[in-house]
Amino acid sequence: MSAPSVELVKLSRSFGGVAALDGLDLTVEPGTLTCMLGPSGCGKTTALRIIAGLEHSDGGEVRVGGQDVARVPANKRDMGMVFQSYSLFPNLDARDNVAFGLRMRGWNAAKRRERAGELLELVGLSEHASKYTHQMSGGQQQRVALARALAVEPRVLLLDEPLSALDAVVRVQLREEIRSLQTRLGITTVFVTHDQEEALSVADQVAVMRAGRLEQCAAPAEVYANPATAFVAEFIGTMNRLPGTLSADGKSVEVAGRSLPVREPGSRSAGVVAVLIRPEAVRFEPAEEGPATVRQAGFRGPITRITAVLPDGTEVLSDVPSAAAADLGPGRRAELVLDEVPVMVV
Amino acid sequence: MTAVVSDPAGTQSPATRGPAAGRPRPRRPRVGRTILLLLFAAYFFVPLYAAVDFTLGGSRRNMGHTLSVWTGLVHQDGFTTNLMTSLKIAVGTVALLLILMVPTMAWLHLRLPHMRRVMEGICLLPMAIPAVVIANGILGAFKSWPQSITGSSWILILEYVILALPFTYRSLDAGLSAIPLATLVEAARSLGASWPTTLWRVVVPNIRTAIASAGILGAALALGEFTIANLLLLNTFPVWTDQAGQQDGEVATTAAMLILFLSWLLLMLVSQLGRGRAAKKPSKLRRSK
Repeated sequence: MSAPSVELVKLSRSFGGVAALDGLDLTVEPGTLTCMLGPSGCGKTTALRIIAGLEHSDGGEVRVGGQDVARVPANKRDMGMVFQSYSLFPNLDARDNVAFGLRMRGWNAAKRRERAGELLELVGLSEHASKYTHQMSGGQQQRVALARALAVEPRVLLLDEPLSALDAVVRVQLREEIRSLQTRLGITTVFVTHDQEEALSVADQVAVMRAGRLEQCAAPAEVYANPATAFVAEFIGTMNRLPGTLSADGKSVEVAGRSLPVREPGSRSAGVVAVLIRPEAVRFEPAEEGPATVRQAGFRGPITRITAVLPDGTEVLSDVPSAAAADLGPGRRAELVLDEVPVMVV
Repeated sequence: MTAVVSDPAGTQSPATRGPAAGRPRPRRPRVGRTILLLLFAAYFFVPLYAAVDFTLGGSRRNMGHTLSVWTGLVHQDGFTTNLMTSLKIAVGTVALLLILMVPTMAWLHLRLPHMRRVMEGICLLPMAIPAVVIANGILGAFKSWPQSITGSSWILILEYVILALPFTYRSLDAGLSAIPLATLVEAARSLGASWPTTLWRVVVPNIRTAIASAGILGAALALGEFTIANLLLLNTFPVWTDQAGQQDGEVATTAAMLILFLSWLLLMLVSQLGRGRAAKKPSKLRRSK
C-alpha cells in the first residue's frame, strides 16, 4: 500500500471565540515528513488533533489520499499517534501496549505477539517487552509509544511533540531514530514541535505557523536561508535586528556604515528600517578604535558566539570560529563587518 | 525517628525549641498515646466482646461457652431466605451502581470537568437528607411503577444506589484523577478502539482499585441498612435480625455480629486492595534496576 498524502484545506477552529486555526492550508506529500513548527498557541497541536479526529474543525477539510475524512471517527481513521505526555496503558506491559491496536483489529494472540515483538525490536526494546510503564524511562516509554503507533501500519503517523518531555541527549537520539524509521517505512508523517532545531533537522518540509495560519512551508534549508516573512526569519534560528536606512529606490540599505542589497525590494518605503542579519553573516575584527564593544564571548566548541554592543546600544550577535575569537574577549573593541548578502528589512 | 516521636505534630513553636530540640526526649508522649489508644480500643471492643460472649452463652453460667447459637442460626426460621435477599440486594446495588457511575464519572472527567463540583454536590446529598425523606421521595418518584418493583426488594436496590452515591463518587473521582485519563482515552481511540471498548479495556482496568472499593462499600451498605428497609416494610437480613431480637436476644445478637464481621471482611478487602497496589510498585521498581 503506497502512502497517502495529507491535505489541509482552509481548516479553521476556534475555542470560545478565539481562533486557534484561521484558514490553514497545508499539503504533506506521500511518504514525507512535515514538521508543523510555531510558538505555543499557534494552532499546530489543534491541527494535528483535527487530522487525528480527536478534535473537530469548524470549517475546511482534511483530506487523506484525496478523501475528505471529516465524517470518519478517530478510531476508524487508521492513524498512528504519539503524544507529548506519556500515554502507555499502565495496566499493560510494553508488548501488550504495542499489540493493543492489533487486538482492536481482531488479530489472534499468536500473531499479535509476533508482530509486537518485531516492533519492539525495531525500536530497540526487545529485552524490555514485559516491563510496565513505571519500570521504563521516559525515552523508553516514548519508543514503546512509537512502536505501538506503527504496529498497525497506519496510513499516517502523527507525532505531537513526542520528545519535549525528554532530556536533551535522549531527545536528539530519538529524533534521529524517528527520522530513520520514517524514511525506511516511507510513512507519511506530521510532526508537531515548537523546537526549531528539531524541525530543521528531521523534516522534509517545515510548516511555520503563527496565529492559526501558515507563514511559510518549505524545505528546512529554504526556510532558514529564505524566510518568507519577518516572523519566520526571527523565529527560525537567531537574527540580529540592526537599525538601517533604506535607499530611495528600495534596493539597498545603509547599515553600520555599509551598503547591502535588499531582498524583495519594495516591501518597505525608504527611510529608517530594521535590518535582519544572521549571526554567521556578521564578523567582528579586533580594532582599538572600533565602534563595537564586546560584552560576552560564549564558547560553543567549534564556534564562539560573540555578543557586542554598538554605540547606540544595539546588541549584535556573531558566530566566529573559536580560533579567531581569542582577541574578542569581553571589553575589547571591534570593527563590525557584514557579509555582502541580500538582507531582509522590516 | 526519635525527633518525630518527641514532637509528633510539630506543636512546639520554633522559638520555644532549645538547642536540645534534636535530642530524643523522654518517652512520656508515647506512653500517653498508648494509654489513649487502649482507652479507645476498650471503648470499641468491650461491647463487642460482651456481645460475642453473650452469643457464646457466656451469660448462662451453668452451661459454659458453646457455639450452639451460631451453629443453630442457619436453622432459624427466615435466616436463610432473608440473608439471601440481602445478598441479592447487595449484588444488585453494586451492579447498578457501577454500571451507572463508572461511565458517568469517566464522561464527567473527560468532557465536563467544570461540572465536577456540581456532580459532587449532587452525589453528597444523600448524606444530608434523612433516610425517611429519601425513602418517601423514592416511593413518590416510582409511584407509577409496577407493584412488582415498588413492593419488592427492587425498590431497595434503587434506594441503596442513591445512598451509596457519596462513597462511589469519592472513590471513582479519586481513581480517575490519579490517571492521565484524557491521553489514555485518546491513545486508545487513535489505535482503533470504540468508546465501549475504550471504557472496558482502558478506563476500567486502570481504576480497578477505585471500582473495587466503591463496590465493596456499596455492598457493605446494602447488607447492613435497616431504617429504609424497615420503613418500607420489606424483609431483609437486618430487619429480620431486629424482629428475631424481640423473641430471642441471643439469636439477634449473633445475626448482628455475623453481618458486622461480614462487613468488616469486605472493608478489610478494600484496604488490602489499596495496600496491595501501593506495595506492588516499589518492588517492581527494584526488580527493574
